[in-house]
Amino acid sequence: MLEIGLGHYLVVGAILFATGMFGIFLNRKNMIVIMMSIELMLLAVNINFVAFSAHLGDLMGQVFSLFILTVAAAEAAIGLAILVAFFRARGSIAVEDINAMKG
Amino acid sequence: MIEALVFYVFALTAVGSGVMVISAKNPVHSVLFLILAFFNAAGLFVLLGAEFLAMLLVVVYVGAVAVLFLFVVMMLDINTTELRQGFLQYLPIGVVVGGIMAVELVLITAGWYFAPYVSSAIGAPTPQPEQVSNTLALGELIYTRFVYLFQASGLVLLVAMIGAITLTHRKRVGSKKQNIAKQIAREDSVELKKVEPGRGI
Repeated sequence: MLEIGLGHYLVVGAILFATGMFGIFLNRKNMIVIMMSIELMLLAVNINFVAFSAHLGDLMGQVFSLFILTVAAAEAAIGLAILVAFFRARGSIAVEDINAMKG
Repeated sequence: MIEALVFYVFALTAVGSGVMVISAKNPVHSVLFLILAFFNAAGLFVLLGAEFLAMLLVVVYVGAVAVLFLFVVMMLDINTTELRQGFLQYLPIGVVVGGIMAVELVLITAGWYFAPYVSSAIGAPTPQPEQVSNTLALGELIYTRFVYLFQASGLVLLVAMIGAITLTHRKRVGSKKQNIAKQIAREDSVELKKVEPGRGI
């Protein structure tokens, strides 16, 4: 318990990832919280990468984590922009209402 | 001993605030808990010796992404009581899927081991922290070996910026603006006249 190894960090990442997944199912009326859940999942993945990087003594994991951070920031910006545009058009951010491309 | 204590504080706070993100009644509280989760993850990164990524997490995530979320949450006029409807309806499937995922992931972390040749597969060995700091080591890597990827990620950010602007930009209906091209191209301002010689217009 007192010796902190790789496994501890992996468990934290796993729990955070599952929390994010749980949040996507839970908040069907609020698109913003779904996007925050996605951010949580990306954070969990980053924790895994950095934990392995530190454990193996390989900087590659941190470089990869850096690029994940970039893509996550871009994704958040685009997602929120789409959300704002959608809210202007329909006045709602519930998942059920987002069906304009259903066909 | 102290490292273990700090780890558990950071880890438990990160997990707890992660749970609060998805279960808070008010979306603004969700964003604030998200910021807390990011701060604690940054603490975990520092514990792992990745201080550059920790600072990046604080600057990029807390300073930019979370504040962006906060702005959007505050800008959209949403009814917070309506948002909670269907919460209990989706609780069972969420618990089932999330629980299965968590159990599987923890089982994986409990039952795996490194391949014997893993030390020969290391791509970029971490230099000794006493000699080369984490930031310098990362910089030496991303500006040399991964310079194209670095530029590509800059392009990703550029495209994201252009996309966000085009998606949210709109013409205001009531505001008056000068359209110079339209003004110059007016039809009735320029006229061609046949002038009789010696008489003038």
